[in-house]
Amino acid sequence: MPKDAVTPIVEFDKVGMLFASPSGEPLTVLKDVSLSLREGEILGLLGRSGSGKSTLLRLAAGLIRPTAGEVRYRGNPLSGPAEGIAVIFQTFALYPWLTVLENVELGLDALSLPGEEERRRSLAAIDLIGLDGFESAYPRELSGGMRQRVGFARAIVGDPTLLLMDEPFSALDVLTAETLRTDFLDLWMCHELPTRAVLLVTHNIEEAVLMCDRILVLGTNPGHIAAEIPVPLPQPRNRLDPAFQVLVDQIYAMLTARMAQFIRTQSELLTGFARPLPDVSTSRLIGFIEIMHSDHDGRAELADLAAPLGVGMKDLFAIAAALHMLEFAELEDGVIRLTAAGRAFADSDIDDRKRLFSEHLLRFVPLVAHIRQVLEEREDHTAPRERFELELEDHLSEADSESTLRAAIRWGRYAELFAYDDDTRSFEMEDA
Amino acid sequence: MEHHAEVLSGGVWQQRIPGWRDAVAMLLLLGIVLLLGLGAREMVGPFVPAQQVPISLSPAALPLYTLGTVMRMLAALVASLVFTFTYATLAAKSRRAEKVLIPVLDVLQSVPILGYLSFTVLFFVSLFPGNILGPELAAIFAIFTSQAWNMAFSFYQSLKTVPADLDEVSRSFRETAWQRFWRLEVPFAMPGLVWNMMMSMSGGWFFVVAAEAISVGDLKIALPGVGSYVARAIEERDLAAVGWAILAMAVAILLYDQLLFRPMVAWADKFRFEQTAAQVVPRSWVLDLFRRSPLLNRAVAPIAAVMRKGVRMRFSVAWSRKGGKRVSFTGPLINVVWYALLLYFGSYMVYRIIGIVGSALSLHDVRIAAANGFLTLLRVAILIAIASAIWVPVGVGIGLHPVLTERVQPIAQFLAAFPANLFFPIAVYSIIEFHLTPGIWLSPLMILGAQWYILFNVIAGASAFPSDLREAAASFRIRRWRWWRDVMLPGIFPYYVTGAITAAGGAWNASIVSEAVSWGPIKLSASGLGAYIAQMTEAGDYPRIALGVIVMSILVTATNKLLWRPLYVMAERRSRLG
Repeated sequence: MPKDAVTPIVEFDKVGMLFASPSGEPLTVLKDVSLSLREGEILGLLGRSGSGKSTLLRLAAGLIRPTAGEVRYRGNPLSGPAEGIAVIFQTFALYPWLTVLENVELGLDALSLPGEEERRRSLAAIDLIGLDGFESAYPRELSGGMRQRVGFARAIVGDPTLLLMDEPFSALDVLTAETLRTDFLDLWMCHELPTRAVLLVTHNIEEAVLMCDRILVLGTNPGHIAAEIPVPLPQPRNRLDPAFQVLVDQIYAMLTARMAQFIRTQSELLTGFARPLPDVSTSRLIGFIEIMHSDHDGRAELADLAAPLGVGMKDLFAIAAALHMLEFAELEDGVIRLTAAGRAFADSDIDDRKRLFSEHLLRFVPLVAHIRQVLEEREDHTAPRERFELELEDHLSEADSESTLRAAIRWGRYAELFAYDDDTRSFEMEDA
Repeated sequence: MEHHAEVLSGGVWQQRIPGWRDAVAMLLLLGIVLLLGLGAREMVGPFVPAQQVPISLSPAALPLYTLGTVMRMLAALVASLVFTFTYATLAAKSRRAEKVLIPVLDVLQSVPILGYLSFTVLFFVSLFPGNILGPELAAIFAIFTSQAWNMAFSFYQSLKTVPADLDEVSRSFRETAWQRFWRLEVPFAMPGLVWNMMMSMSGGWFFVVAAEAISVGDLKIALPGVGSYVARAIEERDLAAVGWAILAMAVAILLYDQLLFRPMVAWADKFRFEQTAAQVVPRSWVLDLFRRSPLLNRAVAPIAAVMRKGVRMRFSVAWSRKGGKRVSFTGPLINVVWYALLLYFGSYMVYRIIGIVGSALSLHDVRIAAANGFLTLLRVAILIAIASAIWVPVGVGIGLHPVLTERVQPIAQFLAAFPANLFFPIAVYSIIEFHLTPGIWLSPLMILGAQWYILFNVIAGASAFPSDLREAAASFRIRRWRWWRDVMLPGIFPYYVTGAITAAGGAWNASIVSEAVSWGPIKLSASGLGAYIAQMTEAGDYPRIALGVIVMSILVTATNKLLWRPLYVMAERRSRLG
C-alpha cells in the first residue's frame, strides 16, 4: 500500500469487534481489520452476508465502538458520531411523519443554525439531488427511488466530508437504482459535492466495479479483509466494456473460489455441526438443479446465470453454496458444475429425489445428522428446538443460528428425516 | 405548518377576509376555553364534609354537573400524559430502573381501582384539609389510575421498538436525547398512545361516576358531577333523574369524541410508521375545520414556532450516551448494590404490611375473602363465556359486511365508553319490581359495560380478515361448522383475545360496584369479592379492604399470567405467515 502524504479520511487500525452471544460466549464479528480511506476516493466493501460489512460501516460512522484496535477520523480517534460524517441507509430510514423538507432539515439539527440559513441550505440540497417540487410531500407518497433521493439530500445537506453508504441501491428496482447511481456519480465527478471520500457497502459486484476506485473483498467468520482490488478504469464506466466484464468475472471467480475454500476449511476446522447453512428453500435448490441440467448441460458460469434466472447475486451465491455443501454441485473459479449425484437427482422421480437428498443431508450436513441422532437416541423421539439453538449460538451469532436452524428444518422436512412442530417448538422423528 | 409549504412552492400568500371556517373555528375554540374556565372554578373552594351543598336533582343543574365530570376527566388525562412521559421514558432508558418499574406497572395494572379508592380519598383529603381540592384530586386520581398504566405501557413498548435505522439516523446526526425524544420517540409512539388514551378513557367514565360520590366509614363526599347526581337519584328513588343523567353523559361522551379524540386520531395518523399510503384515512371535521381556517393557522404559527424551537434545543441529558447494541461489562458492583437496596426495601414493606394487616386479621378472614374471590372469579368466567357466545357470531356477521361495520362499529365503541354504572339503577329497580334473585341477576351488571370490548374487537378482526382467504373458503364450499372452526375463529382469534382480556379486566373492576347495590333504603347484595370490598369500604374497615384488594389483585394477576398471556402469545404466533 503506497504511503500517502495526506492524512487519510478514515483509518481502521487492527479493528476487532465482539458481540455477546446469549450464552455469554463472545462472538467475533470482525478481526484485525486495517484499512484507510483516502481523499477523493470511493472505496467499496464487497462481501457476502455475515462478513461484517455493515458492522464495519457502523464503526466508521461512530455508531458503535470497536472492542479492539482503533478507528481514526482525519487522524483523531473516533469516539461517537462526528460532524462531517453522514450515513445513507439501505432502508432509507426516513421519518414518516416529517415532510421531505423537514427530513432534510434533520441533517442540520445538530448544527443549531438560524432558521433561514437552515431552510436555504436544505432547499439547495433538495434542488441538487433533483427533488424539486416534492418539498411538502410525505415519504409515504414517494416512490422508492424518490425516498432514497431524500436520504441522499439529508446526508449531503450538512456538507459531510465522509459519506457512508450502506447498500443504498439494493432496495430499489434495477432501473431506479441505475438512474440514482449515475446521478450520484455525475455529482461526484463534477465535484458538486463537498464530500471528500465515500465508503460504499454492497454485495453487488457490478455496482462495486461501476462506482468504486478500490474494492475491498471481505471474508467471513470472522469478518476480515480477504483481498484488495483496484479499479483502474476511467469514469464514466461502461458495463459492456470488455475490461469491465473481465474485472467482474475476476471478482466472481475470486468470491466463488473463496467460498469453496471457505466451505472446505470449515468442514475441516469445525468438526462439529455448528456450521452456518445458507437458508435456501428446497424448491429453489431443485429448480436450480433442473435448469442447470436441462439448459446448461450441467455446467455454467455463475456470472452468466444471474440475469436469466432473475436471481440477485446474494441469492445465487446462497444456492450455489448450498449445492456445493450438499455435493450436488461443485463450485470452482466462478463456474458451477453438477456432480454425478446432481445429475442423478435431476433424472429421478420425487421419491428417489427425497431418498438421495436425505442421504446427502445425513452425510454432508452434520447439523441435520446431529438432530436425527438426538431424536433416535431419545426414548420419545422428540427434542426441543431450544436445545439445538443453544448449541449453535455458542459458535454462531443469533441471526446466523436462527437462519441455519431454519435451513436445517426446511431440508430435513423435505427429506422426511424429521418433523418440526412450531407450536410446541420441538422436533419429532419421522418414521421412514 | 401547511402555509410554509405554500410559500415555498411559489404560491401567492394572500391576505384574505375571514371566512365561515374561521368564524366556526373561533366560536368552537372560545366556547371550549370558556367552559374549561367555568369548570375549573368549581374545583377549588372550601370543603367541610358536614356542610356540602346538596346535589340538586333538577335537570337544569345537570349541565354544570356534567361539566364538572368532564373537567375531572381532562385533568386526569393531562396527569396521565405527564406520568407516561416520565415513568415510561425512565423505564425504557435505564436498564436498572426498568427492572423495577415494569413489574410494578404490571402489578398496578391488575389492582382493582375502585378497591383502593377509600385509601386514596383519605390520603388526598388529609393532604388538603378543608379544601374541596382534596376530594377532587381523589376522584381525578381514580380516573388517572384507570388510564396511566395502559398509556405508560404503550409508550414504553413504543420506545423499546423504535426502528433501529431511525435510531441510527438520529444518532449519526448527533441529536441529543432531548431532541431524539421529541423528534423520533414521541412521534413514533403517538398512534399507539392516542389509541390507548381513547381506550382507557372509556374505562375512565366508569370510574369517575363511581368516584364522585363515595362514603368511607363516616366520611361522605359528593362532588358536583353526574356520578353524585345518580347517587342522589338512587337515594331518592327517582328513575326519571337517572334517565336525565344517562342523556347528559351520552352528550358529554359524544362531545369528547368529536372535539377531542376524533381530531387526535386523525392528527396522529400522520405518525403512522408504515410507509405505504393508508386505505382508510381517519378524518375529523373539527381537525379539518381548524386546519383550513387561515386565521387560526396564523394565530397558532408563533406558538408552533416556539414549540419547534423548544423541541430542537440541544439539552444534553446523561443518558444520551446509550451505547447501542454494544456489550456492557460495566458496573456489576453497582448492580449488586442496587438489588440489595431493592431487596431490603421490598422485604421491609412486606414486613410492615404483614405487621399491620396481620394484627387485625385472622386466617379465618383470609379464608372468607378467598372464598368470595372464587365466587366472583366463577362469575367473571361464566359471563365472559356467555358474552363470547353471543357477541362473537354477531361480531363476525357484522364485520364481514363493510357497510354494516361502518355503521355499527362507532356504536359499539360508544357503548364500550358509556359508564354502565349509570344503568345499574334501572336494573336494580327491575330486580326489585319482579322479585328476582340478586345472586344471579346482579351478575350481568358486571359485564354490562365490558361486553362491548368483545364485540368491537371481533368486528375489527372479521373486517380485517383477508378476503382471499374468505374467497378460498367459499370456492372450496367449506361447510358451516368447519368454516367456523378452521377459517373464521382462528382468523379473529388474536382480536378476540384482546377484547376478552379487556372485558375480563372491566368485569373485575365492575364487580365492586355491581355486586352490592341499593335503591333508596333497599340494599341488594350478591355474595362475592366485589360485595365484600364494597361492604368493608362502607364500614371503613381498612385491614379488610386491603385484604379484599390483595386477593382480587392476586386472582386477576394469576388469570392474566396463566390464561390470557399464553393465549395471546399463541394467537400472535399462529396468525403470522413467515
